[in-house]
Amino acid sequence: MTKEISQLYRSAEGDCHRSSKTPSRFRLFCASFFPPFVFGSLVIAGWYLISYGILDESRRFLLQPPHKVLTNGFLDWGGRDGLAGMLESLWSSTKVAGIGLFFAILIGFLLAVIMSQAVAVEKALFPYLVTLQAIPILAVVPLIMFWWGSGQTSRVVVCILISLFPIIVNTLFGLQSAEKDMHALFTLHSASRFTKLRKLMIPAALPAIFAGLRISAGLSVIGAIVGDFFFGKGEVGLGQLIKRFSSELQGEELLAAVILSSALGVAVFLLFTWIQNKAIGKWSDRADLI
Amino acid sequence: MPDISSLSLTFDGVGMTFPDGTDALRDVSFSVAPSEFVSVVGPSGCGKSTLLNIASGLLKPSSGSVEVADISLGYIFQDPTLLPWRTVKRNVELLCELHQIPKEERQERAQEAINLVGLSGFENHFPKTLSGGMKMRTSLARTLTLHPEMFLFDEPFGSLDEITREKLNDETQILFQKEGFASLFITHSISEAVFLSTKVYVMSERPGTIVAAFDVPFEYPRVPNQRFDPSFTKICREVSNALRGVRHD
Repeated sequence: MTKEISQLYRSAEGDCHRSSKTPSRFRLFCASFFPPFVFGSLVIAGWYLISYGILDESRRFLLQPPHKVLTNGFLDWGGRDGLAGMLESLWSSTKVAGIGLFFAILIGFLLAVIMSQAVAVEKALFPYLVTLQAIPILAVVPLIMFWWGSGQTSRVVVCILISLFPIIVNTLFGLQSAEKDMHALFTLHSASRFTKLRKLMIPAALPAIFAGLRISAGLSVIGAIVGDFFFGKGEVGLGQLIKRFSSELQGEELLAAVILSSALGVAVFLLFTWIQNKAIGKWSDRADLI
Repeated sequence: MPDISSLSLTFDGVGMTFPDGTDALRDVSFSVAPSEFVSVVGPSGCGKSTLLNIASGLLKPSSGSVEVADISLGYIFQDPTLLPWRTVKRNVELLCELHQIPKEERQERAQEAINLVGLSGFENHFPKTLSGGMKMRTSLARTLTLHPEMFLFDEPFGSLDEITREKLNDETQILFQKEGFASLFITHSISEAVFLSTKVYVMSERPGTIVAAFDVPFEYPRVPNQRFDPSFTKICREVSNALRGVRHD
């Protein structure tokens, strides 16, 4: 079937649906929110079952029931372990993740652009980037401590190390994704290297760059929290908080802090998805993928 | 043979062997005169596209020489090669942009070319919303903005359906008549070649070389029904026979 005809066919089909029976907004809403709601309820039910059915009272601190996490973890505002302190930590971790991600984007993008310009550079750097990626963060903790102390700078360094690789790899892949004929077109009209980069390679790379960004944004949050575990000087981040709550057996607060951390990760991911859809949604076929 | 300096493009004993040892072309000699529409038909993989790469300067021949007059070339690729992040209008403006033509003139030329290929109304559409035929029209318009004196076509309509293809053939020869450019058109469709051209060359299998030449005497503009004219089908049959003669299978 030809493209034109198949398109006609598709739009005709679309019209049919619209005219015969359009599901109401409410029904669409239900259809997409009912399944996760049901599953969420089941998880909470299972959670209660473990807290009250399986654990006896002396061991209940292992998994406090949901409502206690809510009241003791979230609804308790002031005090040493109140929500106010937790939000402060959340803000501190957000800053660390944000700064780390910013530098990872900067370094990653520049490295990828340089590598895209010369095969020799790509060949020279790539094995070391893979090696760098393979080093467990735990193994370089002492080094980071030597060089940058145990404050915020070291936490940012962990963030950068953790989130750098996907940005480089995806950006490089994107920069190389423009077809041969596209390059030929620019070459035929004597476009400079820089013009090619600016008008062809970078825009062509955007979908892949965003794919990398969304992965790295989540990783930078993990980096901020992992960094907290080793480098606790200065502001108290979420990782510090989690460490303290676990050592003091404060199950409710511990779970609340964990939930906040994952909420931060989700928020950052959604933010970048939103930016992506704004930036390339109009023209890219891939933008609607989440 | 006319004086070489008055020709748009001349291949003289051109041979091409790729570094991997593939013998693509051997001793190809022919020329294209101004306002001549030359088609080259041949079996797939016979080095037809290599011919265009050499003519445009993207490749250097390993033997023989190519003379290109001091004229502007327009290259139409097999794929529309549109930039997906640009609208039709911005895609059409691209080449003027690369040649640093001022914005106002650029936009004027783009609009003119868009009207010429019948895409008015689609200026602000992104390529992903266009059909294959419309994409190819955009690609044509993009090249038309530079008013090239010679077009190099690399099987541009090969991936289109028959109906769209015939329509674009009709329009291409009208454009050819209107704009008066010279053309070197690569295709594997015999009827397309005969319908469009003043001259059709037949190429052999790899290593490709010219084995037959046919003049197509019909006046321009040609009407769609020309395709069913006995004199038209006669030429097609002759081209087809020449092609069959060069195939080993």
